[in-house]
Amino acid sequence: MPRKVDYDLCMSCGGCVGVCPFLALTLEHGIKLIVDEERCTDCGSCTRFCPVGAIREA
Amino acid sequence: MKDAYDVVVVGAGPGGSNTARVAAEHGLEVLLLEKRPEIGAPKRCGEGFSVNGAKTLGIKPDPRWTINEIWGANIVAPNGRRVSVRYEKQVGWVIERKMFDKLLAIEAARAGAEVLARSEVVGLVMQDGFVRGVEVERHGERLTVEAKIVVAADGVESKVARWAGIDSTQRLVDIDSAYQYEMVVDLEEPDMLDLYFGNDIAPRGYVWVFPKGKDVANVGIGIGGNVSTRTAKQYLDEWIAKHEPFNEGRIIEVNAGGVPVGAPLEKLVANGLMVVGDAAHQVNAIHGGGVFEASFAGQLAGRVAAEAIERGDVSEAMLMKYDREWRAARGEILHRIYKLRRAIEQLSDEDLNYLAEQLTGEDVVAFANGERLGKLAKILMKRPHLIKAAKELM
Ligand SMILES: Cc1cc2nc3c(=O)[nH]c(=O)nc-3n(C[C@H](O)[C@H](O)[C@H](O)COP(=O)(O)OP(=O)(O)OC[C@H]3O[C@@H](n4cnc5c(N)ncnc54)[C@H](O)[C@@H]3O)c2cc1C
Ligand code: SF4
Ligand code: SF4
Repeated sequence: MPRKVDYDLCMSCGGCVGVCPFLALTLEHGIKLIVDEERCTDCGSCTRFCPVGAIREA
Repeated sequence: MKDAYDVVVVGAGPGGSNTARVAAEHGLEVLLLEKRPEIGAPKRCGEGFSVNGAKTLGIKPDPRWTINEIWGANIVAPNGRRVSVRYEKQVGWVIERKMFDKLLAIEAARAGAEVLARSEVVGLVMQDGFVRGVEVERHGERLTVEAKIVVAADGVESKVARWAGIDSTQRLVDIDSAYQYEMVVDLEEPDMLDLYFGNDIAPRGYVWVFPKGKDVANVGIGIGGNVSTRTAKQYLDEWIAKHEPFNEGRIIEVNAGGVPVGAPLEKLVANGLMVVGDAAHQVNAIHGGGVFEASFAGQLAGRVAAEAIERGDVSEAMLMKYDREWRAARGEILHRIYKLRRAIEQLSDEDLNYLAEQLTGEDVVAFANGERLGKLAKILMKRPHLIKAAKELM
């Protein structure tokens, strides 16, 4: 299952985008974090990194 | 926006804006693209910047961003012991980073670069093993722009280099997870940086208090990306709750971020592509400063781009000139600092307290710049369990 973003928490910092080994994340306009469900392998790196705990297991 | 440029720079942080300015000053046709609506905002930064750094870069201090002078630093060990250094003259500033970044982009525009905010690069044009341009999304429209050279200055996200086959993924062991408040709070020493260390305070990182004036501070934290299941925000909030007067601070800004603290990329170029700044992991791995590094690399990339285009050769072999010159000027030092980071992260709080007794503030500042590491190795050698860490430094 792909990861889910909690938009109430996400600070749009982009760190998880750099961490994702599968290029599954995009920070649109520097604002909205999108998970590409086809690419996400549920590896959990983004969740581990996030400074505010905004990415959850689905 | 035209259909074709000599150089397209992706990302208008300090890396991209310096590249664009220098390339434009050399007479190239340059397009600088930034996906955010406002260049410089939101900031993701502790905002520390050194006087020497500005001099080396030839950036003239401007009162719009040199908002607070810094003369020294207090480094605080886990047991509260302070190691301080105050210099004879001013050594840095806490800057208004939003203004700093915006003015760099303005300078690029004045030099002749075309600058476009809220324009996002969503893919590369590849042909015969060369990067030949970018796909841009701008106000709902998708356009193709040709470029002889594309510069990946897209920061910690670093996707452009990866699209071109350079693996610039930020590995969890080599990125710090950061969180930061700007707050109104009365400060005791507004001309000193404060850094707090400890594995319970900020595992593999530190808490910083960087004054922006007598009663405004940038208060933040960086922790290792893989060291804790607790978040950077949780660590910082816990530290603030325990420390007066910060627990009474009035919060005027909140930011998060990622700081690349690994070794720089092994290769900074491909056919038609150069990678600059955080995207290339060009950061001081000890203190996490990357404004100077990105700017320095950008200026060099801009010069080499001009030479390559003049010669009509944008191959990897030609662009390697940027890679070689950067490594000679900064790469070796940054690699040494990276090794120091790997050694220091093995230290327990008790080891850190011991170090604080043995070191002067000047020593700590020297270490952070990759100097006097022999002295550090000698001190570590005195503790049998740290001999391995000491050897890694030598
Ligand atoms: C919390 C924190 C504190 C820090 N403190 C300090 C400090 O005190 N001193 C210091 O020197 N450094 C500090 N740093 C590091 C410093 O901020 C970075 O090293 C520096 O910003 C790197 O510059 P850059 O130009 O490489 O990248 P950035 O400044 O990140 O710029 C990259 C730009 O590219 C844009 N972009 C990304 N993808 C695209 C795309 N597809 N299309 C168009 N645009 C795109 C982004 O929106 C961004 O504006 C800190 C970092 C953090 C996170
Ligand atoms: S790391 Fe967290 S806060 Fe930053 S963009 Fe990703 S989900 Fe949002
Ligand atoms: S879980 Fe892994 S693959 Fe999925 S978005 Fe996060 S880092 Fe990328």
